[in-house]
Parts: sequence; C-alpha cells; structure tokens
Amino acid sequence: MSKKPVEKKDPETTGHEWDGIQEFNNPLPRWWVWVFYLTIVWGIWYTIAYPAWPMIKGATAGYLGYSTRAEVAEEIERFKGMNSELEAQLASADLNTLTPGSDLHNYAIQSGRATYATWCSQCHGSGANGAVGYPNLLDNDWLWGGALEDIQMTVAYGIRSEDNDDTRYSEMPAFGEDYLSDEEIAQVVAYAMSLSPVTKDAADMSLVADGAVVFADNCSSCHMEDGTGDRSQGAPNLTDAIWLFGEDKAAITAVISEGPYGVMPAWSGKLTDSQINAVSAYIHQLGGGE
Amino acid sequence: MGILDKHGVIEKNATILLVGSLLVVTVGGIVEIAPLFYLENTIEDVEGVRPYSPLELEGRNIYIREGCYVCHSQMIRPMRDEVERYGHYSLAAESQYDHPFQWGSKRTGPDLARVGGRYSDEWHVDHLADPQSVVPESVMPKYAFLLDKLIEPKYIQDVMKTNRIVGVPYTDEQIANAEADWLSQADPDGDNSDVDALQARYPKAQARNFDGKPGVSEMDALIAYMQMLGTLVDFSTFTPDASR
Repeated sequence: MSKKPVEKKDPETTGHEWDGIQEFNNPLPRWWVWVFYLTIVWGIWYTIAYPAWPMIKGATAGYLGYSTRAEVAEEIERFKGMNSELEAQLASADLNTLTPGSDLHNYAIQSGRATYATWCSQCHGSGANGAVGYPNLLDNDWLWGGALEDIQMTVAYGIRSEDNDDTRYSEMPAFGEDYLSDEEIAQVVAYAMSLSPVTKDAADMSLVADGAVVFADNCSSCHMEDGTGDRSQGAPNLTDAIWLFGEDKAAITAVISEGPYGVMPAWSGKLTDSQINAVSAYIHQLGGGE
Repeated sequence: MGILDKHGVIEKNATILLVGSLLVVTVGGIVEIAPLFYLENTIEDVEGVRPYSPLELEGRNIYIREGCYVCHSQMIRPMRDEVERYGHYSLAAESQYDHPFQWGSKRTGPDLARVGGRYSDEWHVDHLADPQSVVPESVMPKYAFLLDKLIEPKYIQDVMKTNRIVGVPYTDEQIANAEADWLSQADPDGDNSDVDALQARYPKAQARNFDGKPGVSEMDALIAYMQMLGTLVDFSTFTPDASR
C-alpha cells in the first residue's frame, strides 16, 4: 500500500527573498485572531464595568460600582457581624463571672490570644515570657496586681503612658544622680542582692549591714521595710527570685543609679473594650492570674 | 478589508513602526498618568497631614540611609487582614510629603506605616540596639551604633530646602526656625527650647528625650520619626470617600 500523495498548493509568499529564503504569507491561526478580538471586547467591557475613564473632575465609577474601600469596609463588617453577639457581651462582661468552658470564655481566650499576638508579643514575647525590662506574664509575680481588674486596668490605661491621664504612674528616682554616693549605692546593691534567693550567694556580705540602713532610709517607702514591694506604686517585690532588669551586680547597680522607667502604651483608644477584656482574660489564665 | 491590509507598510519600514509605537505609548501615557495630576478623586486632602518636623526629617533620612525600606513597607493595603493587624489602611495623603515615598512591597519585617505610639521609646531603643533581646525570633540586624552617634542640626535647613524644591510646602518661617525646632523636639527641657512654638509649626509633634540618654543621637532622630508614623490623621473623624 502506498499513500496517495496529497495535493497541496503552497500559499503565496510575501514576495521578498533573502539569500534564497522566501517567506510564506500564511494568515494568523484563527483561534489566535479570535482570542485577540475577545481581549479587545473584554477591555471595553472592563472600562465600562469598573472605574476607568478620566473625565473633567473625576473618573467614571463603573457600572458595577466597585470600590476597594467599600469592599474592605464590607468585609470587616461581615466578620464583625459574625461575632457581634459575643463581642457585645464581652465588652460589658464582668470578667470575674466568666465561667471557664462557656462559649463566652472560650471566645475571650481565643480572641485574646490573637490580640496578644498582634499588639503585645513584641514586648512581652510571643510566649508571654517577657524579656529583660519587659515583665514575664506567665509567673505569679505582678508589679501592679494580677487580678482580672488589675490586668484590665493596666492594658487599658498603660503604665507611665504619656497620652493617657488615667495611666498607672510611679517613678523610681535615679539615686546615682543626686541622692546617693557610689559607696552607698554599692552598699544598698549588696543589701538588695541579699534579699533575693537567686542573688543571695553573690551579695557582698561585708556591705549588707550598711546597705540595710541605706535601704531603710531611701527605699523602704516604696519597696517596704521588708523589701516585699508595694503594688499600689508598682514597686517590685525584691525578695522573690525575679529581677526584671537582670540579676547580676552590674544590672542591679545600673537600675539603682539610673532609675528604670518602663513604659507601656495605653490601649484604650486603640483596642475595643471587648479586645481589652479578651486580652486581660487571656493573660490572666496564662498561669499567674490571681 | 481595505485599511487592515496596509499593515505591511508599517512592518516593512522601521521608522514608521517606531514613530507609530511612540504615538501609541504616548496616548496610553496621557490617558493613564496625566489625569492623576488633576482628578479630584485621586488627590485627597486629609486633615492633619503636615510636613515632617526637622527632627523627624532627620530620622527619616537615617531610616533611608540604613535601608529600613528593604525589609519594612509603609503602606497598609485595604484588606481586612492588614487593617486588623496594622490599623486603618494607608491614605495617599499620608505620604504626600515623602520624597521618596516608602511604600514598598517587600515585608521581611512588619509594615511600619502606623508604628507610631505602638511601642514605648524604651522598647525602640532596646529593639534597635539588639532586636533579639526583645523579640528572640527576629532576624533584624543590630543598630546599636545609632546610640553613640551624636548629631547636630547643621544641615537640616539644607535638607528642608531640598524638600521644598520637590514640592514640600515648608514656609520661610519653618526653615528659619529649623535648628531651634530640631533642638526643642529632642530636648524639650533645654535652655532655649520652645515646644509650643514647635507644636504650632508642626501640630502633634512629640517632644522628649527619645533615647533617654544625654545629647541628641541618631537614635533620638530615628525614634522621633518612628513615633510619629501614621499618627497625624484622626481616624475617628475621617470619613473615607468610597470612590477612591
């Protein structure tokens, strides 16, 4: 069997020749041409449907009325709407009466976790374990109180926050500037170190007795005579194992000389009431809540 | 087909092809770009936006010099996830005095368009000096040297004049008082400081010793800039126009 030779006529050439090479003048493939026409039609439809044509004062708004801003507002509203009931309850809830395991409590913890990750974790750590100068929220040592209302107040109004009049405020003096001599600071550092179980062994015992006098004269009004601190002024308990600004002698000396001045922003204008309640409930149940 | 068969002429003459291409691109450019300069709904005047104060401008120059824009964008896009994380989406007006703008599209670190007021000054000092000390998982480099580099407002007038050339409406009064404002903002308790005059010229300018250390360092300037980012517009009174 032999194939019948197909009779096929060559199309015309473009009419020019380079070094004996000629070019057929084939039409474009039909599918290609139709896709091309389709993109033109689609382009015209698009400028009618969506904002496009510039006029004298503004651009045409488009038949579909699309707006990025309206869309994002709508999207946010839609998700707000889904939780609106729980949000409203949470905003006015008395946190002490939330029953663990209830829907509202679960919602508070979950949304509190998200709020914490977004707004709080940069200072207090993604695991809430704090950093030097930024309190650990997992332990039971609280500078300003660890009850739900205390946490709530700290979150809402901040600590030493310049832009909120209700903020918690206290200021440890920089004793190195005017109040104490270097010798007295060395003494009181030794005394302070002798109070805490973690620094006790490193304390210079020869200075402790003198340090106790300096402490009683200068520090006891805030940190209390026994060094257990005063939450109403945010004065830390010095007898526990936690040193917020570091537990070596140099760090403690620096704190006493310069006076630490930790600031926490007030969140009442930035977060909603329900977010503040949620994040307070979340922090409270991390381990140290009172 | 008539005219449609004439394309051979264009294809066979390079000059006609070039001139034709240029015409097409010109029309496209005029239609797409030119209206942006006159259409009212692309130019949004927003209350509160003002040119940078001298110290903020100094900080912004450090921000650019250190290449912060390589990892940080300054534009919150209008999407729910961004708005929930960073705050209200950015408005064009908020970067109208930026030369060059810092919008960016690459985020190794978070967006900074509304970082102002979000953290304390102390946090910024700790974080810039050693990011891992507060955020252990961070990959940001350390910028502790900013603390040691003390600066003076020697060239700030020149910087402001340069900005004026490219369209930032600094007044003669603002330029004349640049050095005084620069010092007032970094050291409000200084002998010659006048914070009220600073805030009259630059509403909402925050004046304090940002790094807590004596002298004005690059750290002060950079933090002054960071703490004002995104704080100028009061979104409780802002009504978005949906046609933008």
